[in-house]
Amino acid sequence: MTTTPALRIHDVHVRYGRAPALEGVELEIAPGRVHGLIGMNGSGKSTLFKAVMGLVRPQRGAVELFGAPPEAARRAGRVAYAPQSEDVDWQFPVSVRDVVAMGRYGRLGVQRRLRDEDRAAVAAALERVELTDLADRQIGALSGGQRKRAFVARGLAQGAELLLLDEPFAGVDKRSEATITALLRELAAEGRTILVSTHDLVAVPALCDEVALLNRRVVIQGPPTHALRPGPLAEAFGGFVPAEALIPIESGAAA
Amino acid sequence: MTDVVTWIADPLEYAFIQRALIVALACGIACAVLSCWLTLLGWSLMGDAVSHAVLPGVVLSYVAGLPFAIGAFLFGSAAVAMIGGLNRTSRVKEDAAIGIVFTGLFAVGLVLVSVIPSEIDLFHILFGNVLGVSDGDIAQAVGLGIVVIAVLLLRRRDLVLYAFDPTHAHAIGISPRRLEALLLGALALTVIVALQAVGIVLVVAMLITPGATAYLLTDRFDRMLAIAVGGSVLACVAGVYASYYADASTGGAIVCVLTLQFLAAYALGPRSPLRRRLGERAEAAAATA
Repeated sequence: MTTTPALRIHDVHVRYGRAPALEGVELEIAPGRVHGLIGMNGSGKSTLFKAVMGLVRPQRGAVELFGAPPEAARRAGRVAYAPQSEDVDWQFPVSVRDVVAMGRYGRLGVQRRLRDEDRAAVAAALERVELTDLADRQIGALSGGQRKRAFVARGLAQGAELLLLDEPFAGVDKRSEATITALLRELAAEGRTILVSTHDLVAVPALCDEVALLNRRVVIQGPPTHALRPGPLAEAFGGFVPAEALIPIESGAAA
Repeated sequence: MTDVVTWIADPLEYAFIQRALIVALACGIACAVLSCWLTLLGWSLMGDAVSHAVLPGVVLSYVAGLPFAIGAFLFGSAAVAMIGGLNRTSRVKEDAAIGIVFTGLFAVGLVLVSVIPSEIDLFHILFGNVLGVSDGDIAQAVGLGIVVIAVLLLRRRDLVLYAFDPTHAHAIGISPRRLEALLLGALALTVIVALQAVGIVLVVAMLITPGATAYLLTDRFDRMLAIAVGGSVLACVAGVYASYYADASTGGAIVCVLTLQFLAAYALGPRSPLRRRLGERAEAAAATA
């Protein structure tokens, strides 16, 4: 493939004190697709996200976004991040519209005063994720799935080309999960790159074009049918293969 | 009617009451604005720490013949830096780091006050002396107050972003560390303004209560700011009048009014447990009817 990868991670090592979190991660992510980053708790998913965001500095290795150093991509607003539910203060006194508007701040002056074009971009993003009617609610007054969509809308208002979503299906019911899956598939079809971290293996085949199994390093990368097999899964999940993980594989084999 | 007017106008004929009002309002507004962020960030202890840690700075400024704001700012900033440093480089948790640093610096201040012969009245530093402020004090309090209020209001959207989602700030190239430093700097300056009005011990109330009260009453940040400032202004005016008419401690009276506002918001506000219980009872009654 000749296109520049949206994200390229080369030989990334991160350790916290003496505890290694990532040991030589290699990952290339093609643009315009939905990628899943799969691993159990402690596999380094969050650390890898932090390394991509520049929140932890790898002791070794490099992260490239769109073929350039990550700082440049961040300043240009090309990367957006939707946090895990538990990392958000849902009591915070901001409306859904306020949150989405924060996607525009990188383009605004010191006071971050919204211009007409910014308000239009915020409205368009809200429309896109079907939250227009709820835009003036306090952010915590949304359901689990709506909250996720609000943060996706922030990334859209930002005009981000790469969206990182941390556990987007945690605390989300099945119907909302389907809505979010459809939304992310559409965004990828438009050329945006989506990177989702999850340990919810059931949701993966419908959502992801490609997955990487992580256990401090990338165990395997490829299409879900290729990667979600007992061998690699056992390696990624330390010998313990979650029973539900095998369901899509079996149905895939039967088809 | 004329009674009310004279009741309000009488104290204002005295220069010391005018000065007290000006300093109290500068302090009250600056603290109220800042309190909205401190409440949301959970930085209340930090406010307490900075206010106590400035004591040695005040004493040393006096010895060096400098305006006390300079020493206070240096020691306030040093306390913040030490707490952050301890937190990052040792296994001591943040609350312990805060406790150790501020009581340590406060103790150094107490020792300095007792050892160095000076005209510093410890009681005034601890509990404020708003009725005795000089013209120089007013200029300092008002000047610093205006700087703090202007900076916080101009950068309020970034500071809300920082308080809500620092990771997103970082993701779009806005430095959360710089915003954190801006807030901590504003905290150190605000403490200096507030020292004169309410003293070291009660500064923390001015820095927390207005924001906490407003937070109980609204779901929007801009409204929270307005409510906090309104409540704080009311409390400052009430405090100054209480000290004129009842000879009450000004700082004490201000904080009493702030606390009453909080209790009222807690008991009567939209999220009050009382209201919830009444609502449940009404629902139960409707269900049985």
